[in-house]
Amino acid sequence: MATSSNNSPALLDIAEVSKSFGPVAVLRSVSLQVAKGEVVTIIGPSGSGKTTLLRCVNFLESYDSGSIRIDGKEVGYRDAGTRQRRGERDLAAMRAETGMVFQSFNLFPHLTAAGNIMLGLTKVRGKSSAEARSIAEHWLGRVGLAHKADSLPAELSGGQQQRVGIARAVAMEPKILLLDEITSALDPELVGEVLAVVKSLAEDGMTMVMVTHEMAFARDASSRIVFMADGGVSAVGPPKEVLAAETTNERLRTFLARFRASHF
Amino acid sequence: MLSQTLYALPFLAEGFALTLWVSLLVVVLSLIAGVLLGVGLVYGPAPLRWAVRIFSDTIRGIPILVLMFFVYYGLPAVGLHLQSFWAAVLALTLFKTAQVVEYVRGAVASIPKGQSEAAMAIGLTFRQRLTSVIFPQAFRRFLPPWINGVTDAVKGSALVSLLGITDLMQAINQVIGRTYEAMPLYILGALIYFAVNYALSYASRRLERRFAFIRD
Repeated sequence: MATSSNNSPALLDIAEVSKSFGPVAVLRSVSLQVAKGEVVTIIGPSGSGKTTLLRCVNFLESYDSGSIRIDGKEVGYRDAGTRQRRGERDLAAMRAETGMVFQSFNLFPHLTAAGNIMLGLTKVRGKSSAEARSIAEHWLGRVGLAHKADSLPAELSGGQQQRVGIARAVAMEPKILLLDEITSALDPELVGEVLAVVKSLAEDGMTMVMVTHEMAFARDASSRIVFMADGGVSAVGPPKEVLAAETTNERLRTFLARFRASHF
Repeated sequence: MLSQTLYALPFLAEGFALTLWVSLLVVVLSLIAGVLLGVGLVYGPAPLRWAVRIFSDTIRGIPILVLMFFVYYGLPAVGLHLQSFWAAVLALTLFKTAQVVEYVRGAVASIPKGQSEAAMAIGLTFRQRLTSVIFPQAFRRFLPPWINGVTDAVKGSALVSLLGITDLMQAINQVIGRTYEAMPLYILGALIYFAVNYALSYASRRLERRFAFIRD
């Protein structure tokens, strides 16, 4: 089984994380390491815990046990093995180290495209507004929207909004970028432009964890694919291995067969 | 006899000034208290939420006049003696605060959860999320009912005359007591109240248009 092949310590280290919503166990002792520069995609049926796991990584969701470390630092709880939640400022500072792109974009509707990107740069990174503006323009250029800097989200198409969402996340120079089904709310013809941006970030060496239903993209762009089922990691490995038709993993085979039937 | 009324104009102007002063105090104090308690009602720990809930539901269920008499005539029983002016301001402020709490709760709760999450994800602290993301969006929804409430506060301030405070209403009644010119004076009073509230509504519509660009 191919884990992160090099020996460098994992940038993201998820160790035996479990979480329940009431009586329902959504994560069952999930462990996953992601090395710097890796692109890991998480696939699996709905309700398998993919999105919850991703949301635990930047502590939008708390978890009941286990540990999540980025660069060796515990994310949501104070270090030294306590289960004591970090304070508000501390949490905010930790979250600034991870970027997140959402299924529903979640752009701030009262701010322009540039304003959306500048908010974190000025408030969190302490940049001057001129500096933030030039960074925003740089990233808007990277996602092909230099001409839309002063447009409000409502004036942009879904694909454009999501590209602004990506620019907003990466402009903060996060150590790791989390992408939560970022093309699921898009019309099919707009998916390509968003995935192209993700691909170019991957080529730049951005570390990414991506929950997606875009199998072709997962196959082409990921270093590894994680298949989740029933709140646990059911299979993990390079795309060729995980997506192989002759897999012996029953759950995975069913998932892939159902997927092929509906998408190809 | 009209000249008698004209003679009384400076007196009426003083009453009007007091009406504006009471209204302004009530509106500003209830805005501050209402926003703080409203935020507490949405984001606070359970005991605070219950306390605010009980406060708001109780106050809103009491006629404002009862509340005013209670503060002025009732509180001295527990050793709290307020001048009639401050008793009136306190009662009106409590009443208005309970309303502002509900406007704030409604406006803040109407902002989708994803907005807070996106703000968290870029590393904003709670206070930054409120001031930079939630409030600017909630403001648009807060404004129309709140301005309505402000005009109610101006009209409701006439109740302070019942504690013997010489506001516009009381001044009018006193002038009528001397001149027996009830009709023209009440019309004058109505016009003044109307003018203030019309100006407020106009300003509100301007403001609303100014924020209409925020769509979700």
